[in-house]
Amino acid sequence: MRRIALTVNGVRREAEVEPRLLLVYFLRETLGLTGTNVGCDTSSCGACTVLMDGQSVKSCTVLAVQADGSEITTIEGLAADGQLHPLQEAFRNNHGLQCGFCTPGMIMAGVGLIESGAGMGEEEVRLGLEGNLCRCTGYQNIVKAIQEAAGKMREAAPATVQGGSE
Amino acid sequence: MTQVAGPEATRWVGGGLKRKEDPKLITGQGRYTDDIALPGMLWLAFARSPVAHATIASIDTTAAKELPGVVAVYTGEELAPEWGAAMPCAWPVTSRTYPGEPTADARVPDHWPVARDRVRYMGEIVAVVVADTREHAVDATEAIEVDYDELPVVDGIEEAVAEGAPVIHEQFGSNEQYTWNLRNGDVDKVFAEAPVVVAERYFHPRLIANAIEPRSIVVQPVPAQGEFTVWTATQIPHFVRVFLTLILGIPETKIRVIAPEVGGGFGSKLEVYAEEFTAVALARKLGQPIKWTESRSEGYLSTVQGRGVIQDMEVAATEEGRLLGVRVKLQADMGAYASLCGPGIPILGAFHYHGVYDCQAYSFTCTGVYTNRTPTDAYRGAGRPEATYAAERIMDALARRVGKDPAEVRAMNFIPPFDQPRVTAGTLEYDSGNYQAALDKAKQLVGYDELRREQQAGDGRRDGKLLGVGISSYMEVCGWAPSQVLGPLQYAGGGWERASVRCNPTGKVTVVVGTSPHGQGHATTFSQIVADDLGVTPDDVEVLNGDTSVATWGLDSYGSRSLSAGGVAIHKAAERVRERARVLAAHELEVAEDDLEWTDGKWQVRGAPDRAKTIPELAFSAWTAHSMPEGVEPVLDASAVYDPPNWTYPSGTHICVVEVDPETGSTRIKQYVAVDDCGTIINPLVVDGQVMGGVAQGIAEALYEEAVYDENGTLLTGNMSTYRIPSAAELPGYTLDKTVTPSSTNPLGVKGIGETGTIAAPPAVMNAVADALRFVGVEFIDKPASAEKVWRVVHEAEHGQAPPERTPEGGGTGAASMTPEEEGGVA
Repeated sequence: MRRIALTVNGVRREAEVEPRLLLVYFLRETLGLTGTNVGCDTSSCGACTVLMDGQSVKSCTVLAVQADGSEITTIEGLAADGQLHPLQEAFRNNHGLQCGFCTPGMIMAGVGLIESGAGMGEEEVRLGLEGNLCRCTGYQNIVKAIQEAAGKMREAAPATVQGGSE
Repeated sequence: MTQVAGPEATRWVGGGLKRKEDPKLITGQGRYTDDIALPGMLWLAFARSPVAHATIASIDTTAAKELPGVVAVYTGEELAPEWGAAMPCAWPVTSRTYPGEPTADARVPDHWPVARDRVRYMGEIVAVVVADTREHAVDATEAIEVDYDELPVVDGIEEAVAEGAPVIHEQFGSNEQYTWNLRNGDVDKVFAEAPVVVAERYFHPRLIANAIEPRSIVVQPVPAQGEFTVWTATQIPHFVRVFLTLILGIPETKIRVIAPEVGGGFGSKLEVYAEEFTAVALARKLGQPIKWTESRSEGYLSTVQGRGVIQDMEVAATEEGRLLGVRVKLQADMGAYASLCGPGIPILGAFHYHGVYDCQAYSFTCTGVYTNRTPTDAYRGAGRPEATYAAERIMDALARRVGKDPAEVRAMNFIPPFDQPRVTAGTLEYDSGNYQAALDKAKQLVGYDELRREQQAGDGRRDGKLLGVGISSYMEVCGWAPSQVLGPLQYAGGGWERASVRCNPTGKVTVVVGTSPHGQGHATTFSQIVADDLGVTPDDVEVLNGDTSVATWGLDSYGSRSLSAGGVAIHKAAERVRERARVLAAHELEVAEDDLEWTDGKWQVRGAPDRAKTIPELAFSAWTAHSMPEGVEPVLDASAVYDPPNWTYPSGTHICVVEVDPETGSTRIKQYVAVDDCGTIINPLVVDGQVMGGVAQGIAEALYEEAVYDENGTLLTGNMSTYRIPSAAELPGYTLDKTVTPSSTNPLGVKGIGETGTIAAPPAVMNAVADALRFVGVEFIDKPASAEKVWRVVHEAEHGQAPPERTPEGGGTGAASMTPEEEGGVA
């Protein structure tokens, strides 16, 4: 067993974990943060995407011990002060979800993409989402939601969110 | 059509209300089955056969039982006393010529949750481990030692019925499950005399549904009471309960099945699985909570697959291309056992291989065969995509044969617009349709004539790529289903749906319905219907479903039935509530009931708008019950059961424009236009979402997806990295529009939209690819039009011989070698 300490959604968490424990199971089963989902066993679907030190990662490809000392944001920690994150709002406004299972990972990947400063043209967003699979929506509304949220986030904080080819 | 209610009727129906389901789902608060953890819960893991066909010589579980955390290990023999019957097949199709009587017994073998002495497909369960953690359970499965004596493998559909084929279920003497026929008119005469006959063979590879939520089950027993609460990722909680009772002998009244948040189904969760029976049996045996969640790769072997059909499709026509007859012969891969509805899936398409056209004579034949592969069952569209694919691809072939534009041949053959039921050659009674309107609209949206001019002017080229345009004018059969028709079709269940509408004392409305959603937005659309019926807002309405103790009656969600069966049941119950409220309103306003009219969402005295009662007001009166009219019971609620008199028949035209690179074989979708007619639209946002998602799956079926098995019955595309599901990077944007032809068979005029995309899209895409490839002399190409397959047929057409084969055969997805840039990309 290894002792790890990390910050999850702004709260410091410490635990003894098996070295083979994946970050996603640490989040889901040790911390009870079940918003992050597991959709495959080959790191293909992206349902488990979270932010690790601000970057989107598939938490099924990260060992919990690798996350030692890092700062993790999951879907549960995205809304701040009771206010939905602009991308959460945009997913609802644009009907960017149906069954909702891929949605937490899709939103976290979208936040990571927007905050990476990537361009927000349709093709760029589509390529940026390549690692996240949705079986319900056909993606069009997800792409729209990310573009809409990126516009709002850029307006709100033009210095920190750059990019955009439109 | 009937209005939903009075003049203000469609205040909410037809509006793009944002979904009520979303707030929990976008914040991580949706609770799926795998999110549930119970005190003292034990985990299951299954040992599965690594071979497709073998007798089990021996199983040794000794070492597994010694491993840390292991509570118990059971083989099939050890669990045999748990089962009162083998697993269910609810649709045992027998050989016959419909509607004539069966000519043979149903060939449905016993299928036990855990194999006893023989395995018949790779992934079949041979033993189960119970342990304290998921990891310990999985670890122990690897320590179970099984000796298999391998048997020859039936590795394909035609191989199954070939001379000398190994027999999978020896008691039947062959691998034929059934041969089911439908005849209408003198087909052979029509074909013999027709000046034009076109024949093509289509192959529908097996597909894996890939609902993004894997299957999962959690069982909480209360041993002292003999009670069980079962959470399961299913489309059909009511059927799960019935079959748990039938197989395990637990009274229905002691089982509560809950489908909590369910992350997609597409037919794959329209099944009662071995793992579900085993989990409940072991919760009973051990008296402790039990949990199992499939890994994705495990699901690829153990979750039912879809399609798997060979079609020999023929049409007879005049020299002008007017359809005279349709004759189709199917061979369908059932896999190793008869799944819950598997045998019936091809029959779902049996009645409409002539599509939106009519003809004088029609015949359909399907032979279901057993193979050493995972059982097949419904996959989004279920039988209807196969029928539509054949109908729409052969129309293009017919157009080529008679030298006409595919749009022209369709137009000359369409059933003319109709708004009352009409019986067609396939013996169905279509409810209403206007097929030309959808084709016209789609052609205009895509710029059809201009595209054809561009093709002609450029010899089929655009920037070095081959330009192709494909049309699919489809209809489908939705709203499963009239119970009185299901009987003669040998379907074990009914097709009704039940709803109740309860007006709570403070004015809020509770709707309980037997359909069970898994992403379709029922809470939103059903609230809209009730809001209009009762003069409240959708926010005032809560929809309860997916729990057999809450929705005590129900037949669940599949076959695009939720709205046209469940939604109509809700509407009928709400109307009854409104009529009960009328009696109360008349009493309170001291007028005759006939003096009241339903206006602006309330009961109002005619000509006296200030004298009115709202439903919430009347609900409170009915709750206090201080002054009820003679013979009227307290509380304001009502229920209704709706058994549809007919199916519904959505239709439309999709047009796909592709550019195919003849050098690499890659196909890019440049435009995709979908004009759909689902009758009355409750929520356009939800309807469009269903269309886009379905089209994406249909494009995937056309270009990417294929479950590939080798000759040993090994699934080669065994996980999500080798079975290619397209991402946003491969799929195009969609242009959507609608025509509205209300159904003539239900009071809401609704038809259904959930399966449209997977029905319409594959032939649209494949007709486009085939249209592009004709410019380099390719005669024919079938699904999936992977880059490799396209490259091969182009090579063959250009060089007069096939390029060298690579092994293994049939690796059509070519997943590992494709990048988004090469393969598709956005338009």
